[in-house]
Amino acid sequence: MRGTPSGLRAWLLQRLTAVYMIAFVIFLLAHFATDASKSYELWRSWMMHPEASIATFLFFTALLLHAWVGIRDVVLDYLQPMIVRLPVLAMAGFSLLAMEAWVARILLLSP
Amino acid sequence: MAEFNHARPTFFNLLRIEFPVGAITSIGHRVSGVVLALCTPVLIYLLEASLRSAQDYEWVRALLDTAPVKGLALLTVWAFAHHLFAGIRHLLMDIDVGSSLRAARLSAWLVNIASVGVVLLGGGMLL
Repeated sequence: MRGTPSGLRAWLLQRLTAVYMIAFVIFLLAHFATDASKSYELWRSWMMHPEASIATFLFFTALLLHAWVGIRDVVLDYLQPMIVRLPVLAMAGFSLLAMEAWVARILLLSP
Repeated sequence: MAEFNHARPTFFNLLRIEFPVGAITSIGHRVSGVVLALCTPVLIYLLEASLRSAQDYEWVRALLDTAPVKGLALLTVWAFAHHLFAGIRHLLMDIDVGSSLRAARLSAWLVNIASVGVVLLGGGMLL
């Protein structure tokens, strides 16, 4: 969120990702209410449909972006000394990026 | 500036600091957000295992059926419900729904109670 002293971009990102996640969760609950994929084959074939895997990948992308804005806010509020703040932020950012790559491998790159 | 700082009152009697219901909802929103962020790698790990093979899928199902995991799942359910409800409350306030003090206090109570209600409901379903 660099270059935005007002924090408007972080504010907007937090809301857009929230709205997508709410929609996805409603969609998921509706799906499992009508068709609980009770076997591995059904679960896997459903999740590997491009619609489902891309929607789920976008959900995790929204979740990780949302987590970044939230964790960043918490760190900026409670960790004042730069010598603590910067490593914690760097570690959080690196972890979230790694999780994004991990989810991409599971949902987009698996055969 | 220096004199101004000298005159600043330091009042930190925890028993006399007011903690209105909105403050509880607000700190709950933060705490639940951090809990959910910490749950995310576990969720991704379980997703990966459930898709890897039939044996791993059954392992995930069996794991989710054990008592300690159910307890942790209920904590996660609280975090999810509270974060979701408090988030919806914020989104509504952004479009000026319920942003008066009276309405905001009422909705703060609703968020706190409803998230505990969801945990009780989930607990009833799991046990």
